Amino acid sequence: MYTETQVIKETKEGELVINMGPQHPATHGVLHLVITLDGETIKKIEPHLGYIHRSIEKMSESLNYRQFIYVTSRMDYLSAHINNLACAMNVEKAMQIEVPKRASVIRVLMSELTRIASHELWLGAMAMDLGAFTPFFYTFRERELITDIMEETCGARLTMNYIVPGGLMYDLHPDFQQKVKAFVKQFKQKVTEFEDLVTNNVIFQARTKGVGILSREDAISYGCSGPVARASGVSCDIRKIYPYEGYDTVEFDEVLDTAGDSFARYIIRVKEMNQSIRIIEQLIDNIPEGDTQAKMKAVIKPPKGEFYTRVETARGELGVYIVSEGGMTPYRVKYRSPGFSNLSALDHMARGSKIGDLMATMGTLDLVIPDIDR
Amino acid sequence: MTNEDIKAFITTVQPVATFDETGEWLNILVEPSQWKQLATDLRNSSFLFDYLFCLTCVDWKTHLTMVYHLSSTTQRLNIVIKSKLDRTNPEIETVCDIWRTAEFHEREVFELFGVNFLNHPDLRKLILTDDFEGFPLRKDFEDPINMIKL
Repeated sequence: MYTETQVIKETKEGELVINMGPQHPATHGVLHLVITLDGETIKKIEPHLGYIHRSIEKMSESLNYRQFIYVTSRMDYLSAHINNLACAMNVEKAMQIEVPKRASVIRVLMSELTRIASHELWLGAMAMDLGAFTPFFYTFRERELITDIMEETCGARLTMNYIVPGGLMYDLHPDFQQKVKAFVKQFKQKVTEFEDLVTNNVIFQARTKGVGILSREDAISYGCSGPVARASGVSCDIRKIYPYEGYDTVEFDEVLDTAGDSFARYIIRVKEMNQSIRIIEQLIDNIPEGDTQAKMKAVIKPPKGEFYTRVETARGELGVYIVSEGGMTPYRVKYRSPGFSNLSALDHMARGSKIGDLMATMGTLDLVIPDIDR
Repeated sequence: MTNEDIKAFITTVQPVATFDETGEWLNILVEPSQWKQLATDLRNSSFLFDYLFCLTCVDWKTHLTMVYHLSSTTQRLNIVIKSKLDRTNPEIETVCDIWRTAEFHEREVFELFGVNFLNHPDLRKLILTDDFEGFPLRKDFEDPINMIKL
C-alpha cells in the first residue's frame, strides 16, 4: 500500500505561506502552487489549477469526430502528434477501420520524433531551472531540426494535426527520409554533449540525487505514468504492455530504474531518447509503399457504445474515453492526461524537503500546464 | 486469470452486481452504497487492482454514472466499474484512501458534475474559481456569455 500523507488544513504559528506562480519561470506555464513553509522546509504544497482551463472535454461534445481531434493538439502541445494519434485510434476502433500499413509506420515515426523533441525541450528547460544555461541552447539546436521536419511535412511546428481518422492528412514530404537520417546522424554525435554537460556534472548530481523520492507503491497509487513511474520501477510503457500501431514489431527496450529520485527520472528520459532513435533507425528505410488513408465515409457515425484508447505520450499514459450515442458528435469525451496524475504526487514527494529542491522535483516531473488544465 | 474469474470473485463478495461484456473490457455495475466495499475487496484480492487509471462521470440526463477504470500492474487485467447516481443529490463514497490518485480526480468530478464524495479529505474546487456557479459538464449547463453552440 501507499504511504499516508496527512491532510493539513490549518497553518501553525511561525509557518509561512507563499505563492509560487501563476507567473513563475520554473513552472513553464500558469501553474499556481500555494506552499506552506516552516523555515525552508516544505510542509505542504497545494496546486491551484485552471488558469488555462478551456474545457476541452465540453468543447469536444459539440464538435464532430473529424473536428475534435484538432482541439487535442492544444492539450499537451509538446506531444501534439501523439494526442492526435490517441483520438484517431479511438475513432478507428469505434468504426472498426484498419489503417494502411504505410500510414501506421509514418505515425510511429512521427510519434518518436515528437517524443525526442519533447524530451529535448524538457532537458534544456530543466537544466535552466537548476541554473545551467548552456544545455538549453544545445538541446534546442537538435530540436530545431525536428520542428523543421514537422513544418515541412505537416505545415506546422507544434500543433501538427497531421493524423486524421483512417490514416494521415497527406503523404510525406519527399525530403522526409533524408532529413530524418541527417537528424539521427547529428543527434548521435551530439548526445554525448548532454552527458558531459549535465549528467556527469557534479553540481547537477548533487542537486538531483536523492531529491523528490517516489516509491514504487506510491507511484502506482498516485496513478503516475511515463518516465516518472518508470524511474520508480513501475513497468508501465503502453508501447510495450498494450502495443498499438505496430510497436510490437520494432525492437526497443523499456527503460526502468529503481531509485525513484529526480536523477533517475532524468536518466530515464535521456535513455528513452536513444530508444526512440533506435525505433526511427529501424523504420526510416522500411516505410512501405501504398495508401496513406483508409476509405471512410465523409460523416463519421460510430455505433453506440464506449471506447477507450491509451497511448504513451512523452509524459506518460494518455487515455481517451469516448461515449458514443450513435450521433455525429461524441456524447462525452474524457481525456485522462498524464500530467494531471503526475502532479497529484508532487505534494507527497516534496514534503519535508527544502524549497530549493522543489525546482529539481518539479522539473523532472515534466509538467505541461495545458495538459493538466485541459 | 480471465474475466470469468473476476466475475466469480465479484459474485461472491457482491452478489447483486451486474455484468456487461459487450465492450472491450468487463463492465461491472454496482450500487453506490456497495462501491466502497467492492473497491477495498478488489484492491486486496489476488487480482490486485492497484492502478486506477481513469475516474470520470457521464451525465445521462436522467441520472449520472460514475465510471472507474481499474487495472492491475502485475497481472495486466482491466475492468470498468460503473455506478448510477441520483441526479438531484448525487452521493458516493470516496476511494481516495484506496487509490491516492482519486483525490484529484474526485475533486475534478465534484466541481464539473456536482457529485458529492462522502468522507473525501479535502473536497474543494480544483480547476474552477471558488465563486463559479453550476456544473459545466452536465448536459443542462447554460452559459450564454462564454459558450458557443455549433
